[in-house]
Amino acid sequence: MLEVNGRVYPTDEEGYLENISDWSEAIAEAMAAADDIKLSEAHWDILRFLREYYHEYEIAPAVRVLTKAVGRRLGKDKGNSKYLYNLFPDGPGKQACRYAGLPKPTGCV
Amino acid sequence: MSVPEKLQYPVIPLIREDAAVSDRSYQAKPELMQALGYPGELPTDWKNKVLASMKQQLEKSRALRVFMDSCVQCGACTDKCHYFLGGGDANNMPVARQNLFRSVYRRYFTLAGRWFPWLVGARELTRDVLDEWFNYFHQCSECRRCSVYCPVGIDTSEVTMAGREILSSVGIGQKNTQNVINKVNTIGNNLGMPTAALKDTLAGLEEDLLDETGIPIALPLDQAGAEILLVVPSADFFAEPHVDGLLGCVKVLHASGLSWTFSSVASEAANFGLFSGSHEQMKNIAKRIREAAQQLKVKRIVFGECGHAWRVAYNYLHKLAGPFDFLDQDYPIPQHILEVTVDLIRTEQIVLDKSRNDEYVVTYHDSCNVARGAGLGAEVGGQFEIPREVLRSVCNHFHEMPQGSTHAETFCCGAGGGLLTDELMQTRKQGALPRMSALQQVVENNGVTHMVAICAICKSQFSRIMPEYGYEMDQVLSMHQLVGNALVLEQ
Repeated sequence: MLEVNGRVYPTDEEGYLENISDWSEAIAEAMAAADDIKLSEAHWDILRFLREYYHEYEIAPAVRVLTKAVGRRLGKDKGNSKYLYNLFPDGPGKQACRYAGLPKPTGCV
Repeated sequence: MSVPEKLQYPVIPLIREDAAVSDRSYQAKPELMQALGYPGELPTDWKNKVLASMKQQLEKSRALRVFMDSCVQCGACTDKCHYFLGGGDANNMPVARQNLFRSVYRRYFTLAGRWFPWLVGARELTRDVLDEWFNYFHQCSECRRCSVYCPVGIDTSEVTMAGREILSSVGIGQKNTQNVINKVNTIGNNLGMPTAALKDTLAGLEEDLLDETGIPIALPLDQAGAEILLVVPSADFFAEPHVDGLLGCVKVLHASGLSWTFSSVASEAANFGLFSGSHEQMKNIAKRIREAAQQLKVKRIVFGECGHAWRVAYNYLHKLAGPFDFLDQDYPIPQHILEVTVDLIRTEQIVLDKSRNDEYVVTYHDSCNVARGAGLGAEVGGQFEIPREVLRSVCNHFHEMPQGSTHAETFCCGAGGGLLTDELMQTRKQGALPRMSALQQVVENNGVTHMVAICAICKSQFSRIMPEYGYEMDQVLSMHQLVGNALVLEQ
């Protein structure tokens, strides 16, 4: 369960939203705040890309797809995992997916 | 008289009672269990159901029955499990883990246990027993290290796999494993990556290869008539360092001149049916590979770098999904990518410049499922020698980790068998201790900079866990990344 602005949203044991349609920017901010992270424009750039990609492909982008997209938008020096881990220390695949309201990637990853 | 060489002193922990009792996997939700054909909740007559399921397992698996009866409690296995070595919980000693099951077996399936339970360590089946099973059977990575030291060859993984399937039969499943199996059933791979996403990802990787090599190298999907069907863990499409290994495999196949394809039907090598202990699930997952091979009219099936996929394929693929009489019988069925690569190296069909890997001083982590669950090549011990032969062919600086931590005695990465899930992070960190200690030794003595693995789970586990032990996440590499680096491609 996650409570934001007086409303309660169902989540799984690890805090991923049960319903992707519940997502709002306020929810992302609340999740990040709980991890002591203040979302900057750099964070939002990633979160928006994740949501767009998921909307089209029904899965989060592979690491390479994500780093390449970031590299194209923000310059090659930022198109790598190190940059993403600086923003999301628990990993772009997991932490960023959670903030973006996407389900957790499963399997051997 | 010769003096033995000094070894690293192994530290066996003192027992820490119940240290891991609360390290518990998430349980699968009722809807998930039902989708997989299990009851959603514990039935009221669960005790009869559990005993019936135990009976079934014991009748189906002669090994299980023999393992139940043949243990003499000698204790040779007690300090061999990485989870015990890292955490100290007595129930993570293999014999104690088995006894959680054996005690119930004795009570209900042996004469002595039925009449004199107090004399033979037999105990009643209660609800608490199921909880204990669920906890400790999911703190076993099915790696079989204990069986190497057992004087009668008891394999704990057979016991815990049977235990997991028995638990599933009364609605108690591990969320991680069952969730993944459901995704294979509904979407086609462990990740849940639909075909459109796979196509997009492959197109992106083709661009990367072109940028890097200047050569157009295709990553074909569903190309009928190709010689080889390449089946890889879906993590290879998704994560690092897996994807670098995948690109290495692709480069090798390109250089070999063989035509090959991925399949959208079999876009996953892994078979989590091994982890849930369900023969049915294992069979259903394996069948997709046969279907894909027939549809695409390929002549060979080659598996990528995935430990338990190879364990299942090497041992059971024919039984689960055979016959494979439509494939080219002159090649191993199935074949491992390392067998392909080593053949190409031995026959000098590919050109290698190993100085290109001079920045790496590497060691090799034998992935447990390949080392103890399968073989490679035609020779006995090929699963140890072939990876090393390939590594030495592509890399000038290779050092072995200490004796007792390699080859048949290798340690699991700490996350095999369905344990690569975040709620078990404590178990995973502790289970990695023996491997991290062995690595530390070659880092200090030989200046090793990277550890090479050939299993998707090992790679994910190490890139997550190595930073906890003071390394960088990118100090674990895929074997075929190094092969790809060294490979000289014709322009």
